[in-house]
Amino acid sequence: MMFKLGALLMHPASKYVLLALALVFPALASNEYQVYVMATAFIWAIAVYGFNVITGFCGQLNLAHGGFFAIGAYTVALLTSDAGWNFWPAFVAALLLTAVLGLLVGAVSLRLKEHYFAIFTLCVGFIIYLLLDKWEELTHGALGVRNIAAPDGFGLVNFRETMPLYYLVLFFLVFIIWFTSRIQKSLVGRTFVAIRNGDELAESLGINLMKTKIVAFVISTTYAGLAGALYAGMIRFVGPEDGNVLHTFNMIMYMLVGGIGTLFGPLVGTVGIVWITQSLQFLEEYRMIIFGPLLVVLVIFFPLGVCGSFLTWMHRKAQALGLGPKKVQTESKVKTSSQEASNNA
Amino acid sequence: MTTFLQQVFNGLTLGSIYGLVALGLTLVYGILHIPNFAHGALYMVGAFMSYFFMVDMGVHYWVAMAGSAVVIAVLGIICERLVFHPLRNSPPIHDKIAAIGILLFLEAVVHMFWGSDFRRMSTPFGGVVNLDGVFLREQGILIIASTVVLVVALNLFLRKTMVGATIIAMAQNREGAFLVGIDANRVAMMTFAISGILAAVAATLYAPMNLVYPAMGHLVIMKAFVIIILGGMGSIPGAIVGGMIIGFAEAFGGYYISDAYKDVIAFALLVVILSIRPQGLFAKGAH
Repeated sequence: MMFKLGALLMHPASKYVLLALALVFPALASNEYQVYVMATAFIWAIAVYGFNVITGFCGQLNLAHGGFFAIGAYTVALLTSDAGWNFWPAFVAALLLTAVLGLLVGAVSLRLKEHYFAIFTLCVGFIIYLLLDKWEELTHGALGVRNIAAPDGFGLVNFRETMPLYYLVLFFLVFIIWFTSRIQKSLVGRTFVAIRNGDELAESLGINLMKTKIVAFVISTTYAGLAGALYAGMIRFVGPEDGNVLHTFNMIMYMLVGGIGTLFGPLVGTVGIVWITQSLQFLEEYRMIIFGPLLVVLVIFFPLGVCGSFLTWMHRKAQALGLGPKKVQTESKVKTSSQEASNNA
Repeated sequence: MTTFLQQVFNGLTLGSIYGLVALGLTLVYGILHIPNFAHGALYMVGAFMSYFFMVDMGVHYWVAMAGSAVVIAVLGIICERLVFHPLRNSPPIHDKIAAIGILLFLEAVVHMFWGSDFRRMSTPFGGVVNLDGVFLREQGILIIASTVVLVVALNLFLRKTMVGATIIAMAQNREGAFLVGIDANRVAMMTFAISGILAAVAATLYAPMNLVYPAMGHLVIMKAFVIIILGGMGSIPGAIVGGMIIGFAEAFGGYYISDAYKDVIAFALLVVILSIRPQGLFAKGAH
């Protein structure tokens, strides 16, 4: 019974159901605030997808990820408020800037391995935060940037309102998920996973380590920049706290709860945790008393997260029932999850 | 010349604190190969424990420091037992994430009890010694002297006692240590305890010159990481030398270059050095 339910979830059509649910969500929501929260969750989810590319697929814990989010947000903020650009050119500039900076930072940091890489990127993230806070001539320092332009609408669509903004963010989220699934299935995506499973092994297969890692890094920072740019257009105020390393830690949690290295993990984790946080709002300041230990418990007992555990469970069940692979699609998905299971075991 | 000597003294003071924190970090890394991101939180809790003992229990500064050291040592052992021990066979990324979980938890707990206010810790060594125009704060002298004592004591403990030798043995070669019958659990717990004691003492020494608040560990721990990368992860002399490099860079950079950007200097230094030498300054097979 549970297995059939699971199989239904794995069916290719279920993602269209999910999309349909997302499309009608504003109609189902009881007030505009809920739509707003959902749009924020989607923006974070986009950033977490980027995190998942470099950390989940490629196995490099990039602790500067929140910094690139902030750079994307600040690029849009400063170009629209101080330089008077329209939103969309600033948006493109944010993508380009985070990609170029990702290339530069990646070229230096990816020469380091494991702990060194994590610590180095932590420092990079902190430098970004300190610069946003101290470089007052450019960033307005602790005051932050106001008067950020909203995304320019067309015709009757006005992105200053919550509903159109929600659909705009949803559009980018769907695009990002589609793009990530293309990466995951491509040769490049498989080389990412090969690197995660072992540098030496990947290299012995003829994979150019440095080049592949940089590609993953640039993709991830560009996702972060995209999310940051949308964030600036939506909140329309940015401050140095947006570059706080705490946001990176939050994203780790979203990714881990959803399922590290899975396609739908970032979405499930981000939307789930954002709503749990919303319902625990009386805890606002102290929510980490719950989430901190949760992170530890997850990493010890459920390192695969919701999606990863589900895929592994389905795989075991299918084997126990002696079901052959009916669909190539399902089979390949299960394969990656079982690989992960053996990885994390 | 006096300003120069003044900065030398400031650099020594800062370097001592950074060195102590980095020492705890490098010990844990040497034994367990965990970059303990929660170390800064232990440092912060150490300062709050001393503050609690002094203000709420009314005990003397030294007693508070000792009490705090015991509490943090126990806290370190608990972290090892409950979190890092179960994760010993996991991929390295899990240790790091778990350490971040501990960090978030400890900060939230402190925040719940004490709020995010900045608190001032009193010290019996509040005076200033005027040495021919160079002003030496008594607390600074205390910091430098305590650091020397602690480093010498730690060195004696590691080199001259059997228990200390097991720690060195495990840092040098894990399998070899197991072969000669060294109990890995005991060594791990002891290492966490020592690292906690160093963090608590460093925090209590530095808190009167700085302030006590939940985010006080952030900058210190990141600089400690910079130090142990510079000094070679797991290297004890490297932690001290690295601490002094960062301490002096900050004191002189803050005075001669820019006070606002003095915190960036340590990180910029790391970025530059790692860009040129990815293996660190004093790598002894660091990778």
